[in-house]
Amino acid sequence: MMQLDVLDKNLIVKIKCDIDHHVTDKIKEKIERKLELLNLKNIIFDFERVDFMDSSGIGMLIGRYKFVDKIGGKIYVINLNPNLKPIIEMSGLKKIINFDCDLESVLKSQRKSKAE
Amino acid sequence: MKNKINIVMQSKSENESFARIVVAAFIAPLNPTVEELNDIKTAVSEAVTNSIIHAYQEKTGKIILTCEIFERRVKIIIKDYGLGIENIKKAMEPLYTSRPDMERSGLGFTVMQSFMSKVIVKSKKNFGTKVIMIKNLA
Ligand SMILES: Nc1ncnc2c1ncn2[C@@H]1O[C@H](COP(=O)(O)OP(=O)(O)OP(=O)(O)O)[C@@H](O)[C@H]1O
Ligand SMILES: [Mg+2]
Repeated sequence: MMQLDVLDKNLIVKIKCDIDHHVTDKIKEKIERKLELLNLKNIIFDFERVDFMDSSGIGMLIGRYKFVDKIGGKIYVINLNPNLKPIIEMSGLKKIINFDCDLESVLKSQRKSKAE
Repeated sequence: MKNKINIVMQSKSENESFARIVVAAFIAPLNPTVEELNDIKTAVSEAVTNSIIHAYQEKTGKIILTCEIFERRVKIIIKDYGLGIENIKKAMEPLYTSRPDMERSGLGFTVMQSFMSKVIVKSKKNFGTKVIMIKNLA
């Protein structure tokens, strides 16, 4: 269903299923446990293998945004499937989450701002 | 082309994907575009999820899914016998949710309305809710 990895203090969340109400609670729990355990604050969602998402996914993303925003973290979504674009546009999530990035560009900009 | 299916299912979250897949398979002979198919699957998922979370909450109840095709028109009805909606107008407002505690965003009805050609909601408190959605394919 999902795979969690850590890279440069980012939690990489690779989801491998449709995102609906059936899976959002499990995704939420796994992410929060890992963030707390490893003391991480940024989440990079890899949506390469997500062909479908409904408003349950929007709620899940907003919830994770609120969670990391409190501790100064950020949320990124990479490899967004075109199927998900209409619902993302509608949700207004683009104001708080970066959808137009790839892994390299995220890591690069983080290393740059750290060096400064 | 004219065809119709009726499916009775339990209000279990596993059936959210089942409902989407059944409808997608049923309308496949109409050759919808990828976008049309995705719009319809999302709207079905929203309505079925609402019956599961809001209508029946912790209980298990019956959800009836009807899908009818007539020429290029797809009509979908999702019906439950749950809690019902007291104020439909308010429930359909964007961002309104009665369950912010569950990480709901209040976007379900807005998604249905923007992804389908027409959405009609009929509901009676303590009797249940019926969501009728129509999509005219290109
Ligand atoms: N089948 C139903 N039975 C009872 N109440 C319902 C039903 N469908 C919707 N509602 C009510 O209408 C409100 C709005 O529904 P809508 O789908 O727009 O948002 P949501 O389900 O709360 O959040 P989201 O869909 O974004 O996860 C719900 O919070 C609920 O109070
Ligand atoms: Mg909903």
